[in-house]
Amino acid sequence: MTTTTLAVLVPLLPFLGAAAGLLLGRTAPGFVRPLAVLPTLAAFVLAVLVAARQGGGRAVDSATEFTPTGSVPIELALHIDGFAALVAVLVGLVALCVQIYSTGYLREDPRYPSYAALVSLFTSAMLLVVYSGDLIVLLVGWEVMGICSYFLVGHYWETPEARAASIKAFLVTKLGDVPFLIGLFALGTDAGSFRITKILGTVAGGGLHHPTLIALLLLAGVAGKSAQFPLHTWLPDAMAGPTPVSALIHAATMVAAGIYFIARLLPVFQASSAAMVVLAVMAAVTMAGSGFAALAQDDIKRVLAYSTIGQLGYMTGALAVGERGAAVFHLLSHGAFKALLFLAAGVIIHAAGTNSLAAMSRMKDLRARVPDAYWTMTVALLALAAIPPFAGFFSKESVLGAAEHVATGHTEHAPGVAGWIVLLVGLFTALLTASYATRLWLLAFRGHGAEAPDHGKQPLVMNAVLWVLAVPSLAFGLAYGVLPDWFDSRDLTPTLITSVLGTGLALVGGLVTYGAWRHTTALAGRVPLGAVAAHPEADAGLVEAEAIASHEPAYGEVAYAHDPADPGRLLLGPLHRHAAVGFHLDAVYDALFVRPVRAGASLVRFLDREVVETYVRGAGALPRLLGAAVRRAQTGNVQTYVSALLAGTVVLAVAALLVATGA
Amino acid sequence: MHLVYPAVLAVLLFSTGLYGVLARRNAILVLMSVELMLNAVNLNLVAFDVWLNRTARETLHSGQALTLFTIAIAAAEIGIGLAIVLAVHRNRGTSDIDRLRDTAEGHESDAPEAEKAEATA
Repeated sequence: MTTTTLAVLVPLLPFLGAAAGLLLGRTAPGFVRPLAVLPTLAAFVLAVLVAARQGGGRAVDSATEFTPTGSVPIELALHIDGFAALVAVLVGLVALCVQIYSTGYLREDPRYPSYAALVSLFTSAMLLVVYSGDLIVLLVGWEVMGICSYFLVGHYWETPEARAASIKAFLVTKLGDVPFLIGLFALGTDAGSFRITKILGTVAGGGLHHPTLIALLLLAGVAGKSAQFPLHTWLPDAMAGPTPVSALIHAATMVAAGIYFIARLLPVFQASSAAMVVLAVMAAVTMAGSGFAALAQDDIKRVLAYSTIGQLGYMTGALAVGERGAAVFHLLSHGAFKALLFLAAGVIIHAAGTNSLAAMSRMKDLRARVPDAYWTMTVALLALAAIPPFAGFFSKESVLGAAEHVATGHTEHAPGVAGWIVLLVGLFTALLTASYATRLWLLAFRGHGAEAPDHGKQPLVMNAVLWVLAVPSLAFGLAYGVLPDWFDSRDLTPTLITSVLGTGLALVGGLVTYGAWRHTTALAGRVPLGAVAAHPEADAGLVEAEAIASHEPAYGEVAYAHDPADPGRLLLGPLHRHAAVGFHLDAVYDALFVRPVRAGASLVRFLDREVVETYVRGAGALPRLLGAAVRRAQTGNVQTYVSALLAGTVVLAVAALLVATGA
Repeated sequence: MHLVYPAVLAVLLFSTGLYGVLARRNAILVLMSVELMLNAVNLNLVAFDVWLNRTARETLHSGQALTLFTIAIAAAEIGIGLAIVLAVHRNRGTSDIDRLRDTAEGHESDAPEAEKAEATA
């Protein structure tokens, strides 16, 4: 088979799996698990084959036009360069791990068939985005991902949190998608084609008329999808979905789609230095803000969600300094270790029966209950904190190195101010990242107090997957020497200055947090806290849903617990209150958008009820009145009717006579 | 015979019938009046048929043929009409048209009860 055929099969197989899963889910429950896992496995193997054949060489391009559409043609096109090949392998790997993990995690869930089919559909859409060479086809995958995310976040739709979160995720990403669509049209009109290769050719020839406008419009969609400031607010709430969904969609793949999109079309953004500076500022605000917020969260998954936002900020920062190799390098390593973090968090939530770090910090020996999750999560947290030699170190240093490269004025392709912004905030965020990673680890695994509940061993599939993902988290960074061939980019080797600075700051952050924890841990015993799920023997998905639903009644807030023993509270001081609620951005949006829309809705309702309906009722009243008058003629007496008939006939006859005689 | 005699007779018959239909209260007499009106029409048909044949404008005797039709249909009609009147009289004890006002606006329908009564009778 040619590489093109293989590449077409990669998104097609999970799609067929999803269709079959949705059709057969009820009638043949035995097929659901194979239908979920096998197409994803096949897609992963094929993606690896495609990557091996492409090998970082010339991009594989193939296109076919089904039907002429009038203006700018829309083609079913593939454009597989090194980026696409490697990102597809990551997507396939994480999707496979998540599907396997879900068979254990949701083993008793009655809605597992539709869940697995939606995950397959999502995988197919993401692979379509990755391989597509035509922006409209890419948009199709982009939107299918959005709707899958909506359904999967709302998997536990019995809980109000999940319902609200799914609607919020959908609306906020759509808020970005509308400008994104307009931007795509503007780009297609300017370039005369939606093909990525032709657009890049047009940009190289200077044929783009409105680069800043187009770049900013596209940026809105990317900010929505990749959860960048100011459209990031949906991601922490999306943690109400099941953990495997968070791992696949809201950590490793979908949120990376925006980064990947910019990486593909980077020359378009580079054509406007204003867009690059906006990108840098967006990245900086996102990185620093999410770091603070992560340090204040109580829900373990929300810590990871803010951490995802921050790491995506690093990738955006790398793109802002025009280094897409570093961005995609960080995307790949982050995809692996963040998926691992989420899946391990799912195991921990199941074992502890709670998603609250405050409650976990009051459990002794939780790590002994979940040894696999303990060790793999330690690896992933070290990778997240960018401690050498874990994967995150190399990818993050490549981002910082690229920023330093631009800041010191070695290159022409990105404004120096963007370099400085990304470099300084990136180094500061390294400190914050290490700090919240340490806090998470200490609170989850070094608790004091009552013995952690023992619910028996975790399902084997869940633990096995953790070790599979631990391998790239540990060793993928060493690929920094090979990757430039794939990405035709600059050397990705960490530079000495940024490495020393970054690692030093990470160590400082970790040590400061450790010190704060030693200081506050004595308080933990004095303030009892904790609520544990009602059905600890149930499957992991149910335990998690109950944990999320019970967090607000137990602690007063979804994201926040009044725990004086939290080292984050000591470190952040007065900032803690604001960081815990995401710096009140939700309240701002509530005042700016939600309340005006509600007021407008009640105005419209008033107009409809009181004004429009009055006219409608008035229009009905007159015929009703006439009808009442006419009804009086219905006496029921046949002879009256015949009399009326006779009178009418006589009148007609007289009239006819008068007309006939011409009188 | 001049055409005017049967025509005048037909007018008289029709007016008598019309008066009966409008003024009588007994349903049987109303039916009889309807018969009178029908026969007035029959008389007209026959008279004009003859008159048209005499002037040789029409030779098919379609007027007389139509009269035969009318007589046959009138026989059927009066049969059904009398049967209905009989049934109504059995059910309600009266065949007074003034009191059969079930189709009047605002009249409470008692059709199911009437059917029940008919079934028991």
